[in-house]
Amino acid sequence: MLKTLKILYHQGRQFIPDLSKAVLKPPFRGRPLISSEKINETELEAICPTRAILTNPVRIDLGKCSFCGECALKFPEKISFSTDYKLASNKRENLIISEGDDSPVSFDHESIRSEIRKLFRGSLKLRQVSAGGDNSAELELNAAGNVNFDMGRFGIEFVASPRHADGIVITGPISSNMSEALQICYDSIPAPKIIILCGLDAISGGIFAGSNALDRKFTEKYTADLYIPGNPPHPLTVINGILKLTGKSK
Amino acid sequence: MMNNFLTICNNQRIDFSLIPVLGYIDFMEFNTGLIQDPKNHCVNYFGVVINEKLRLINCVANDENAEIYLTSSELPLSKNEEYQSLTARHTAFHLFEREISENFGIRYSDHPWLKPLRYPFKKDNNSIMDDDPFYHIKSEDLHEVGVGPIHAGIIEPGHFRFICKGEQILHLEIQLGYQHRAIEKLFLEKKHLLQRTILAESIAGDTTVGHTTCFVNIWESMCGYIPDYEKQFSRTLALELERIAIHTGDLSAICSDIAYQLGASVFSRLRTPIINFFQSWCGNRLARGLIRAGANNYPFKNELKESLLLILNEYEQDFKEMVQKLLHHPGSISRLEKTGVVTYEQTVQIGAVGFSARASGLARDVRVSHPDYFNKNLNLQYITKRHGDVYSRTQMRREEIRQSLTIIRKLLDETLKDTTEESSLLTPRPNSFSISLVEGWRGEICHCAITDEKGELVLYKVKDPSFHNWMALALAVRKNEISDFPICNKSFNLSYCGFDL
Repeated sequence: MLKTLKILYHQGRQFIPDLSKAVLKPPFRGRPLISSEKINETELEAICPTRAILTNPVRIDLGKCSFCGECALKFPEKISFSTDYKLASNKRENLIISEGDDSPVSFDHESIRSEIRKLFRGSLKLRQVSAGGDNSAELELNAAGNVNFDMGRFGIEFVASPRHADGIVITGPISSNMSEALQICYDSIPAPKIIILCGLDAISGGIFAGSNALDRKFTEKYTADLYIPGNPPHPLTVINGILKLTGKSK
Repeated sequence: MMNNFLTICNNQRIDFSLIPVLGYIDFMEFNTGLIQDPKNHCVNYFGVVINEKLRLINCVANDENAEIYLTSSELPLSKNEEYQSLTARHTAFHLFEREISENFGIRYSDHPWLKPLRYPFKKDNNSIMDDDPFYHIKSEDLHEVGVGPIHAGIIEPGHFRFICKGEQILHLEIQLGYQHRAIEKLFLEKKHLLQRTILAESIAGDTTVGHTTCFVNIWESMCGYIPDYEKQFSRTLALELERIAIHTGDLSAICSDIAYQLGASVFSRLRTPIINFFQSWCGNRLARGLIRAGANNYPFKNELKESLLLILNEYEQDFKEMVQKLLHHPGSISRLEKTGVVTYEQTVQIGAVGFSARASGLARDVRVSHPDYFNKNLNLQYITKRHGDVYSRTQMRREEIRQSLTIIRKLLDETLKDTTEESSLLTPRPNSFSISLVEGWRGEICHCAITDEKGELVLYKVKDPSFHNWMALALAVRKNEISDFPICNKSFNLSYCGFDL
């Protein structure tokens, strides 16, 4: 008993008091900044392993970006990564960062279905499905619930049964061997329900895009309510994204 | 027999043509003969189509003298012939032969259990996976329990089929393949080095450092490039940090499965400063971006050294206290001891690797037996346990974390040299074969690569330690209560995506 109390005492305070104001330090790679510097765009485009860089003018698609940082290493005058971790958006097109743009990733509050904010603001139970995920985004989703990040304080939790869930969080590029199970799981969740795509693999297929072992029909059939970029997304990116969706934070 | 095999060592490139081609019977007898001795084990056995013939290549490692024995055999690609299987002579080959059979249609006359392995892309895949030929026992006293592919927590998918008598598990069959992304094929299709590096980082997210180190070792050896002190230092350090981080997380998971809330919270928060250190080093909590072939984008500066020492000192105090409490708590001992036992004989039989094998007394650790350039100087010893139960595997975590802390302190003691060399990374040499073994936190990672006459990859073969060790889990749960399955599973913490590729 005394030992247990001693251990408890030694832990001190571990939780981050305000998750929307936590500061990450470089070299953390968050939202990229693109300057108006003139460089060889073809060369820049060719560097990107996941074809996330679009040219004329230069843009970066966060849904495809693996945040490897190679573009910033080769063209430091053109591209740099800020430490802004609030990368999630409810619109796929908002994930594209354009030249000279230094505003936060925008969120289209108007287009959020009214029932999401009405029903899920205080309590949101989610079922996670890893469909070809490499256990990185899964690891960070688990971390979002630990004592440091403590997502549970907002009533956001992961549950075992899709019957108990209000939505689905998909990680991984959706392998064809998992596509049927994913559909069955989604169908089992009672409506109204939300879809969250977590990590670049889920959003675009990432480095696996184009592999014939994938079956991404699910993402074509349904529109996701939230896109969380990252390879894997930082727990702060995940939590702040979900809070924005449910209207708990601006 | 002397010239019938080729001896190489870890991270060595050779001309592909040097690998001797034996008749199939000689090939089979040689390799099954070798691994009758537990000091030898098969690190990789695979097929590759060359000139419309199937070339089988077997790599057997000798753990006593740091040698790897290569042999090969050539078979026609016709599906009419039946061959004797290596598995019938030693069980450790069973998955390798299932893979060869699945990929190339080779038929074996005496393979005890030739069934699909991971269902790579074919049309109507789902219906095939649903019809998986599970083992059945017809009896009114027994019942079957199917679990998965989707499990209760935030975890990857796989299907477990139990045959139970009441609460007791008689048999467990594990069906994987749900995570298959065709990684090995993508290694050939993606032509840029960076794309391949990102692929290596994505083989298994929790072993980012392990698999990426293995990849860059292969790539650099194929290019004839020797990494400098600083690169090797960074990789060795990152491997040990990854080991500490994931082992700590595993201890947290073990605690949650025995409903020990204090341990679960403390260990999970103790992992945070370690992976956050990766972030302050290279910008990513899983060390993505840190390891690159022929490059070191995030040199380990002195400020980092100071902060790491501080983090480790704080970590160690809290860790010691918590692990001491966990391993002496009567409540946890009663759940962990004698649960999920894998015997020494079983681990040898299935060719288990890593801490799971060491927990059963089988000393297999690539850092000791096949040290790369850097590990040679660290003078590591094998850590083993005898009982092979969940408690031993939990103790292994503690011992290995201690060992890793010692290694890191030793590494940091050396005065860091400045970057000196700059030999540039060229392209892989043509007609080469290269193999790399790395001890990731789960155990032995093995990658193999072959290039053609233009220096293009024609084969990239990945083997995660989970490939061997899933069978250990299936054996461990026999005669255990089905309610103890989660704790057995967590004590191994095997990779689904690393197996499915």
